[in-house]
Amino acid sequence: MALDANETLTEVVAPETASPKTVFDLQELEVHYGSFRAVREVNLQIAKNEITAFIGPSGCGKTTVLRCLNRMNDVIPSARVGGKVLYHGIDLYGAGVSATEVRRRIGMVFQRPNPFPKSIYDNVAFGPRVNGVKSKSELDGIVEESLRGAALWDEVSSRLKSSALGMSGGQQQRLCIARAIAVRPEVILMDEPCSALDPIATARIEDLMQDIKSRFTIVIVTHNMQQAGRVSDQTAFFTTEVNASSDRRTGVLVEFDKTTTIFSNPADERTEAYVSGRFG
Amino acid sequence: MTDLSTHSLDSPPDLRGSGGNADRAFRGTSYLAGGTVLLVLGLITFTMISRSTDALSHMGLDFFTSKRWNPPGESYGILSYIWGTVFTALIALCISVPLSLGIALFITQVAPSWLKKAMTYVIDLLAVVPSVVFGLWGVLVLSKNIKGFYGWLSSTFDGVPILGTFFGDNPQGRSFFTAGIILAVMITPIVVSLSREVIETTPSFEKEAALALGATRWEMIRGSVLPHSKGGLVGAVMLGLGRAMGETIAVALVIGSATGQITLNALAPGNSMPAVITAEWGEADSLKKSALIAMAMTLFVMTIIVNVIATSVVNRSMKKSRGV
Amino acid sequence: MNSTLAERPLEAPLAIGDLQMRRSWRGTKSQLMVGMMFVAFLVILVPLVAVIGTVVTRGGGIVFRDFPDWFTSEIPVRRRAVGPGMGPAIVGTLLIVMFASLLAIPLGILGAVYLHEYGGQSRPAQVIRFLSNVMTGVPSIVMGLFVYVVFTINFGLAGVGGSLALACLMLPVVIRSTEEMLRLVPGHLREASYALGTRKGRTIATIVLPSALPGVVSGCLLAVARAAGETAPLLFTIGFVTKVNTNLFDGPNTTLSYQIFKNASETLAGPQERGWGAAFTLVAITFIFTVIARLVTASYQKRR
Repeated sequence: MALDANETLTEVVAPETASPKTVFDLQELEVHYGSFRAVREVNLQIAKNEITAFIGPSGCGKTTVLRCLNRMNDVIPSARVGGKVLYHGIDLYGAGVSATEVRRRIGMVFQRPNPFPKSIYDNVAFGPRVNGVKSKSELDGIVEESLRGAALWDEVSSRLKSSALGMSGGQQQRLCIARAIAVRPEVILMDEPCSALDPIATARIEDLMQDIKSRFTIVIVTHNMQQAGRVSDQTAFFTTEVNASSDRRTGVLVEFDKTTTIFSNPADERTEAYVSGRFG
Repeated sequence: MTDLSTHSLDSPPDLRGSGGNADRAFRGTSYLAGGTVLLVLGLITFTMISRSTDALSHMGLDFFTSKRWNPPGESYGILSYIWGTVFTALIALCISVPLSLGIALFITQVAPSWLKKAMTYVIDLLAVVPSVVFGLWGVLVLSKNIKGFYGWLSSTFDGVPILGTFFGDNPQGRSFFTAGIILAVMITPIVVSLSREVIETTPSFEKEAALALGATRWEMIRGSVLPHSKGGLVGAVMLGLGRAMGETIAVALVIGSATGQITLNALAPGNSMPAVITAEWGEADSLKKSALIAMAMTLFVMTIIVNVIATSVVNRSMKKSRGV
Repeated sequence: MNSTLAERPLEAPLAIGDLQMRRSWRGTKSQLMVGMMFVAFLVILVPLVAVIGTVVTRGGGIVFRDFPDWFTSEIPVRRRAVGPGMGPAIVGTLLIVMFASLLAIPLGILGAVYLHEYGGQSRPAQVIRFLSNVMTGVPSIVMGLFVYVVFTINFGLAGVGGSLALACLMLPVVIRSTEEMLRLVPGHLREASYALGTRKGRTIATIVLPSALPGVVSGCLLAVARAAGETAPLLFTIGFVTKVNTNLFDGPNTTLSYQIFKNASETLAGPQERGWGAAFTLVAITFIFTVIARLVTASYQKRR
């Protein structure tokens, strides 16, 4: 696992100026797995306190791009990232940047709920403990605050010490959100967070996203167009391009705009074809 | 220690991080631990070789080809001990393999789950008994009581080609065959367990295909399971062989400690490399010790070769069946 | 294929007789083969029952007669003596095996961590994994001689020499079983930890290892049980005593396995009986470890 690169304390490259409302600025981002180019030439900006959705057919690279935002692609040995991922002007893949520090600020919720085989309390407290919070009262406070933030407190406050594995899928996913919130990130990345959940649990999480939008910047990958339409402010539509000679599909960003525009009046015909359900 | 406060954006975020030292220390220690294996094996090889040179240079190739083991005369030929090691191991295999295969097949293909658990438990029990206890029982109980049975074998097969030689004259309780029996009991758990793993990789659709054609259970086993598992089973058997060759204590107690015997008569007493080493180590002078170490090294090389071949055979068959 | 299948006219209605088992040689043969497989199991049961039965009947007597004597008395110095006493051997076994575990288990777990979490499929890791498998096949007598050459020659007979040899035997077993357990920890648990800003070492220590712990513990207990039963490596490294020696680093020591080996070659009833008693004690100790290991695995399954 190539996780241990860039853990040195050297000078960080000087930031390039950008608008304070822009959290991420992706410039000519491309990702290779070995010799296979998974996604190419992505240019987009993510704005603060908004929900940005990545949509598109499977294999179009939306999860790959998402994972670049918190250096999670480091975990895959063959992955190589080209171009720039600017976070408040600093290139996340630049020299001297620590991946662990990045991930503390940019959290992630995964497709399948993955609570640790520990108690509910220990799951939420894990992040803060790792980051040095030791006092019990402080931890208690953070745990309650995070569970409230994930709309889970009322359901679990009486059984914080019971195992997280005993909860339903929807509850577990909200626990994972609480766990991510507990380290007080600025950004929360969500990789198809509702795909393993039933419609009612999905609706609760969508409501949650709207509630916490004011505190966090959210980027969500979803294959459910209607969900993107319901929750997001901005939408990026990706699709696949088939390389005629090698028959490999490379992901490419087609269009990025306000959600209302993407869904009602898209500029590109591929976008229109996808959102009107003609393919995908 | 990182401050968990929410961010003010007057200045760009500090993404350098800290606390990497503990992480690096942990990683370094793990690497070192992994390296210990290299270190130990390397040291073993080096020391064994260096201590063997005295005896080997003294005897030359005769060390391996002569069966004359006469320490007072400074003559060290280990051929008969090599023979003893191999002979008893083969006897053990002949007894154990059919039994192990039958048990493994029964457990995986026939037994209902409660019986499966019970049988596995029993086989594991066999694996837990220390070899010295088997040796104790072998020498104080088995070898004393089996002489009668050997006598019957010897007279029944008298004159029969092959079997007559194998169950030859003057049977002894402590003999190659007794050692073979004890070894067979000891290696069965390993062979069973590995065979089970291999057999269980047979894909159900292959088995169901046979059954769907109206095959009986045995025909299904013979037609789908065994052909599929052949390679892996060979590997399992070879691992049993390696284990049998390396077993010291139980064999030492029941093999009869006879020198210079290269014979096909399994009922005669004999000796094996590890048994000789334990028996003669006590009053050995430095040249003899060197010879004993050289013998240990020979055993080491033989078992390593068998194990390496066996492991790669098993791995290859598992990879094939998993479609990796 | 039953040939009657071809004869049946398709229009005739199906009668129950068509679907019933026909007595045929094939069916009987199958049952016979299955029966023989079961007989194989029974055959292997015979020595197991015989050995354990003899150990219990011949050993149990001396162990429990005049109760604590067996555990507290020294081993009779004169070989011909009749009567109990294996205290020093019991102490020796426990101390030597414990120290060997102290050496082998942490090293083995960390080695497995290296192999699975850091090394992966890299060249060095593949080599070490391969060599570790090779090491499980090294005959115990070779380990004993090895420790003799590097240690005993220079430092004399002592319990710690035996511990070193046993540790060398245990190490590859612990590495292999721990790596198996680490493999079972799902990748998404690690990713969840990284996504919270946790470093790799800490993730391994606080998430991965605790998840794998019951399996790792049970694997280690089994390795310990096997080490307790080993004899050959001790023959060259620990010497022989009849009094308790609690100092592993100074002077020769003795273990149950070694005592059994010595007494097995005796012709007199007294030492033979002690041999059986020692066998009883040793089997009991190994058995207890194995049962604990089983219980740990069982509770692990339940938790999931």
